[in-house]
Amino acid sequence: MGLLQFLHKIEPDKKKSPFLHTLYDGFFTFAYAPNSVTKSGTHIKDGMDLKRTMFMVVIALQLAYAFGSYNIGHQHFAALGLHESFLSGFHLKLTYGLMKLIPIFLVANIVGLGIEFIYAAKKGHPIEEGYLVSGALIPLIMPPDLPMWILAISIIFAVVIGKEAFGGTGMNIMNIALLSRVFIFFAYPTYISGDEVWVSGILKEGTEYVGASYGMIHGMFDWVFSGVGWSTFGEGGMAVADGFTGATPLGLAAKGGWAAVTEVYTPAQMWWGAIPGSIGEMPKLFILAGAFLLIITKIASWRIMLSMVLGAAVGGLLINMWGANLFMEVPWYYHFYMGSFFFAMAFMATDPVTAARTETGKWIYGFLIGIVGMVIRVLNPAYPEGWMLAILFMNVFAPLIDYYVLEANVARRLARVKAKPESVVEAEPQLSVSEH
Amino acid sequence: MKRKIAKIGAVLPLFFLSTSLSAQTIFLSSAADLLPYAMILVVAVLILGAVYMISESFVRMEARELGVDTKKNNFSIMPTSQEMFGAKVEGPAAGQDIIYFKKGFDIKLEGSADYNVDDNVAVSTFAIQPKNFIGMSPIPKVEVEVGDEVKAGDVIFYDKKRPAVKYCAPVSGEIIAVNRGTKRSIAEIVILGDKEISHRTLPQFDLDNASRQELVEYMMENGAWAHIRQRPYNVVADPEVKPKAIFISAFDSAPLAPDLDIIIAGRGKEFQAGLDVLNKLTTGKVHLGLNAKDDDVSPVYADATGVEKHWIHGQHPAGNVGVQIHHIDAINAGEKVWTLGVQDVATIGSIFLEGIYDAERVVVIAGAELNQAKYVATYLGANMGDLVNNNLKHDHVRFISGDVLSGKQKAKEQFLDFYDDQVSVITEGDEYEMFGWLVPQTARPSISPTFLSNVIGAGGYVANTNTHGEGRAFVVSGQYEQVMPMDIYPEHLMKSILVNDLERMEGLGIYELVEEDVALCEFVCTSKQPVQEILREGLTTMMDQE
Repeated sequence: MGLLQFLHKIEPDKKKSPFLHTLYDGFFTFAYAPNSVTKSGTHIKDGMDLKRTMFMVVIALQLAYAFGSYNIGHQHFAALGLHESFLSGFHLKLTYGLMKLIPIFLVANIVGLGIEFIYAAKKGHPIEEGYLVSGALIPLIMPPDLPMWILAISIIFAVVIGKEAFGGTGMNIMNIALLSRVFIFFAYPTYISGDEVWVSGILKEGTEYVGASYGMIHGMFDWVFSGVGWSTFGEGGMAVADGFTGATPLGLAAKGGWAAVTEVYTPAQMWWGAIPGSIGEMPKLFILAGAFLLIITKIASWRIMLSMVLGAAVGGLLINMWGANLFMEVPWYYHFYMGSFFFAMAFMATDPVTAARTETGKWIYGFLIGIVGMVIRVLNPAYPEGWMLAILFMNVFAPLIDYYVLEANVARRLARVKAKPESVVEAEPQLSVSEH
Repeated sequence: MKRKIAKIGAVLPLFFLSTSLSAQTIFLSSAADLLPYAMILVVAVLILGAVYMISESFVRMEARELGVDTKKNNFSIMPTSQEMFGAKVEGPAAGQDIIYFKKGFDIKLEGSADYNVDDNVAVSTFAIQPKNFIGMSPIPKVEVEVGDEVKAGDVIFYDKKRPAVKYCAPVSGEIIAVNRGTKRSIAEIVILGDKEISHRTLPQFDLDNASRQELVEYMMENGAWAHIRQRPYNVVADPEVKPKAIFISAFDSAPLAPDLDIIIAGRGKEFQAGLDVLNKLTTGKVHLGLNAKDDDVSPVYADATGVEKHWIHGQHPAGNVGVQIHHIDAINAGEKVWTLGVQDVATIGSIFLEGIYDAERVVVIAGAELNQAKYVATYLGANMGDLVNNNLKHDHVRFISGDVLSGKQKAKEQFLDFYDDQVSVITEGDEYEMFGWLVPQTARPSISPTFLSNVIGAGGYVANTNTHGEGRAFVVSGQYEQVMPMDIYPEHLMKSILVNDLERMEGLGIYELVEEDVALCEFVCTSKQPVQEILREGLTTMMDQE
């Protein structure tokens, strides 16, 4: 095969340029499954490897990506009172959304993978696939207008401190994607919380909101669009529509309960995800489709997902029973409409490395995420969403859960000895022919 | 107790119904509004399920207090899933107590053998290999020299650490080589077999009146002892030990494994004689694991006496004796059990029945790379090349003594291992595959539903030795448990071995496992961890502690 020979020819020397060789190896093994054969142990191996596993998660995210990038544009124009129906101004919304998303995606992956490559070269091990998923998840959980330098710093923090310091893929204690988000949450809170950050391209001037002016690239697209007679971006800088708040359903619910939410958003809007928020967290149906794909391919644990639903429901019920304020009175089942519960359930809590690793532990782990997440969401005055912190919190406790599950296993084994009558152990063998 | 359960059972659903009905803001404008109802339904089902499970365990606890075995009888309100959906068992196992394994995985490979035994395959050389016996000194005392003529049953060598246990020649003939391995260790003692095998006549033994000690000494002297293996560790049995039980599995569920009914055909008397001998060696019982899926179990097993029969139903590793031990009478710390293969039992039987050391073996030669996969009648330690002579489709293959999961790679001029009754031949997979991880060009066995051929349950895979991926740290969880029908957490056991935590290794059940029991875990591992190697490392550590 010509291509294969060519690739072999350009292989950099491992000793002279370890970084280039690591890079080459990473891309080569991506293009060609290596020719390595089993040496000891089993002579045949399952066709499944980590690349395929990780890639399935990336596939499961694609609908969220498609919807998310379009929704950035839709929210922007809806805030300005333009193209308010979801599909009108399709080309403008898509262009606008992609122009926001692509730089975020590129920065997230170039920075993250760059660090991964450097560490792989330094340690002399092959590039591991862990960041493939992190790099796909991170753009989806960020607000669309996040400055690139903050994104880059947060990823450097998450990958270096959260992963490489522990030994790389498979060794990290906390979810990398959430770690990068929580870094921004604590270091640059104004960029990732409040009512202002979720709709792209809307500035606050004094107490008024106005649309940001468009840049040169928008102008170039305008030239193309006007050429085929489509609507264009224009100059920007116009005032927002009447009644624009920019708040997410959870932000509204925290202030005025479910009634306040339904004043602004219909349940159908929340279900389909045409609301402001992090880039990929809103389209419930598409996320559930991704979750379904992960469950039928057995990539993610259905136990964690199910027990997390149960935990959130029980947590919501308890909070309903308490009912001290309007937010607490939001019926527990409406909580599933708001915020990023399903995204966290399908893609964040199920990260096998940071979740509990025993099947029993997974039930406990998911259930507690549900409860804790609900408590943080409703009872925390500063920030009306809880899954990020709940999952990171339970990431830390997952090894403890596993520890007790294993202790139970050890105890069962010891109980087996006690259950046995002494006489059987000590009896002498029969020496005459036994009666058959 | 029951009233309490009924109360919980009645109150909880009512509570849920009331909360859902009290939701005043019911609107029905679009399909999206179904979400709350769907969530209510999901949660209600989950809670009811939890109530059901809790009440059931109450019943079971009650039963246990009364001293009833809850494992054998169904105490559930509902029929078990096995009763409802399970494969209907026909044949001799119908109506018997059956041990069901839900976990496991049958690797369906192409190239299984026809059901007839070819006794015209000419094997010229045979070998006995000291390295087949775990824990043996690297340089055992060899009693013969190159050029010596031996009869079947003559002593070939013994371990200096345990000189009473003798290892005997499987065939008669001339010793043509003593091959050495690394550090002058002895790898093979090769015998050029006679056309007509002559046997050393063994002294008569009065089984009925002899003491156990005399029996043990007789067996050690005449080559029978090496056929008994001891767990934990899978070593040759310790003559000082009185095992709590002896286990024999009468079926093999490994890929391309021989049908043990065919292998034992015609040797029923020897098998029964062997069982009678084993009965005298243990303080407990001799257990025989039978295949409940088999609707035509050989009468040799079905009619065997002096054994406790257990019907086992499940996918691989159901046929592994280790899995059966775990469910029948698990090995606790400090306990020893012995295990034997069915042909080993027959060999022991022949010593007592006919007064000869009869190491005749029927072995299966299987794999998609053979012109004709078949059973071959030969002797223990047969030459690999002779067995597959003129039977290969091409030369780029790997010979394996044993099955593809836990067997040993052999060169053509090497020999079948002592305890093995299978030669597997598979293609070497040392080829690059473009985007092979994403779009494989050939169907391959896997437990992952991401491969369509596994979802539809296709069989007949032509597997090769490619690793299908590179080694990684443990990432995916729950995979090992999926194929491990034992109450053991393999991944955590492996980790405890890697950090050399002896107490944890013991607590998590290392004594219950040998390589073949975790071979399937190694097969399915996404991170391609060398699970069997790690386990042996742990077992060696534990052995050194004793």
